[in-house]
Amino acid sequence: MSISPISLAFKKSRIEKRPALLTYTVAGDNTKKKSLELLNSISKYVDICELGFPHNTPIGDGGQIQTSSYRAINNGIKMKDIFQIVKNFKKNKNGKPLILMGYYNMIYQYGENKFLIKCKKVGVNGLIVVDLPWPDNKKFAKKCKKKSITFVQLLSPTTSKKRMKSIIGDSHEMLYYISMLSTTGGKLKVSPKKILKNYIAIKKINRSKNIVIGFGITEKTIASLKKADGLVVGSALCKKISESLKKRQNPVTNIVRMVSRLKNKIS
Amino acid sequence: MKIKKGISLIDQHDKNGFWGGKFGGNFIPETLKKPVEDLTILFQKLRKDKKFIRERDYYFKNWVGAPTPFIKLENLTNHLDGAQIWTKVVSEANGGAHKIYNATVHSLIAKRAGKKYIVGDTGAGYAGKMLSMAAKKFGLKCKIFMGAKDIKRQKPNCDAIKKNGAEIVPVYTGSQTLVDAVSECMRHWVSNCDTTHMAVGSTVGPNIFVKICGWSTSQISRELLIQIKDEFGKIPKKIKLLNCVGGGSSSFGFWNEFMHYNKKQIEFIGIEAGGPKKSKKHAAPLTYGSKIGILHGAAQYVNQNAEGQIEETESISAGLDYPGVSPLHCFLKDTKRARYTAASDEEALNAYKIVTKYENLNPSLEPSHAFAEAIKMAPRLNKDTIIIVNSCGDAQKDKDILRQRLGV
Repeated sequence: MSISPISLAFKKSRIEKRPALLTYTVAGDNTKKKSLELLNSISKYVDICELGFPHNTPIGDGGQIQTSSYRAINNGIKMKDIFQIVKNFKKNKNGKPLILMGYYNMIYQYGENKFLIKCKKVGVNGLIVVDLPWPDNKKFAKKCKKKSITFVQLLSPTTSKKRMKSIIGDSHEMLYYISMLSTTGGKLKVSPKKILKNYIAIKKINRSKNIVIGFGITEKTIASLKKADGLVVGSALCKKISESLKKRQNPVTNIVRMVSRLKNKIS
Repeated sequence: MKIKKGISLIDQHDKNGFWGGKFGGNFIPETLKKPVEDLTILFQKLRKDKKFIRERDYYFKNWVGAPTPFIKLENLTNHLDGAQIWTKVVSEANGGAHKIYNATVHSLIAKRAGKKYIVGDTGAGYAGKMLSMAAKKFGLKCKIFMGAKDIKRQKPNCDAIKKNGAEIVPVYTGSQTLVDAVSECMRHWVSNCDTTHMAVGSTVGPNIFVKICGWSTSQISRELLIQIKDEFGKIPKKIKLLNCVGGGSSSFGFWNEFMHYNKKQIEFIGIEAGGPKKSKKHAAPLTYGSKIGILHGAAQYVNQNAEGQIEETESISAGLDYPGVSPLHCFLKDTKRARYTAASDEEALNAYKIVTKYENLNPSLEPSHAFAEAIKMAPRLNKDTIIIVNSCGDAQKDKDILRQRLGV
């Protein structure tokens, strides 16, 4: 079996002795065109792009991502536009692996099978579904696997050891560790040292899995978590977009600068 | 899909938490899996704990004030000249609404769990008011999440919440009503689940919250069953139990003990909020055939667009202004044990006018929706039919809206 683009991205970062850099932005924030332009422009620095398909009743997201999501929805973003953005992004020769992230109701309404066929067709490499936890996600994760789409399981500080082992056992090549008890974009309320201690304990369960850390990662905190396989920055970017719009600046320029700084800090 | 006999409806879900194989469940972020599981285990234990049940009954009797009155509305019955109209005046409970049952039980559970903080959502403000009362009574620090629109239109309850020493967190996202308050409360719990207990204000949310709330409000029908037998000597041949349905906590509690009676003998009629007559928006997912979707951790019939975005609702009654509905009611609808209809804002207001004209009763805008249906159906029925309306809330909180709309 050929190695997946996601595994390859981690492999490449490992050779460069740094964590993979993952970004999260919301599809259609602040317009369809801009969000594609954004992905294309940051692709140079980023190893894996996460793209949110926005939902208007998110129970796991903090203020920054909510603002971005509402902005995108108000601008009329639809699933078909989101798939179009992915398709166009993947045409780009620098196109990086792309993970779609969102809430289950959107997939449920689209139809699980139809959704996955479409994902496959446009080139989605992975999926994160915030409110479809293990073991409820087992069937869906298997369907993803059949389509060679990575289903990314989530782990949290509240996940028991026993549960972690089961989740990791059922996981694909990548997992996502939530750094602290928080919605996205919360202030890092746990010391990086403690986060890494938990992280290393999880890694010990199965070293072959690529485990990224997300939640509370900003320009300030990213360097302190360099030991991880990968780090996700999301809310900080959404916040930057909001600030740029407020100041009537081009969000793409500002985001590219920020992502390049983030990359420098972990290189 | 069928209701099983000899087992409580709240327990008729599968191992994944679904009623009828498709309503409910636990669509929650990973962080909440553990706290939800802990709460599930604790509640299972407490339900069987005689000391806990005694404690609950003690507070229901001596603090909430059980039983609430069951009375005949003689004047209204005479005026409508058809079926007999009775009411269970649940609004006589301490605080003025049925929300006190769920709030009391959640506070007792929070104490047992060793949590210092309790948080909850509110629409009409009653769930919030009651939780703040119970929190004060049991020594818990309390935060109430409430949509900014609801804070404006339900001021009397907000004043009460503050007076009880609780903090109101205004929610400015989305439609700034109950749906957004529940989302924000859940988000708060995600961030604070190690120290904080969450009380979902209705029979909605992840499976365990549906169960705890339904178990708590069932006190209403436990009392009513005895009261009916006392009043009539036996269970009459034709009873119709009318109740407004938003999330569905009062109606479920009003019906639970009668679940296994034949529906020809005891019929359940749920009345949803139809919204303003001229508006396309409503809060009646069961009546208007909304599709199944996921909202606040549970699969249910919910107002949404084709993509799965939750739609904004509109209702004069903040307590019913919710796009989804309890998985228990979805189950009752699909098994045909209950039927559901809607009353518009105008019909509810008119019902309020009629009820208060003929009776010494002051139902809030939520139960006024149920009275609207009672007024509509009573003249067509004979005198042997007993209509019982759950007057689950007091209109004190609605005084600003009533003054504005009816000039009273």
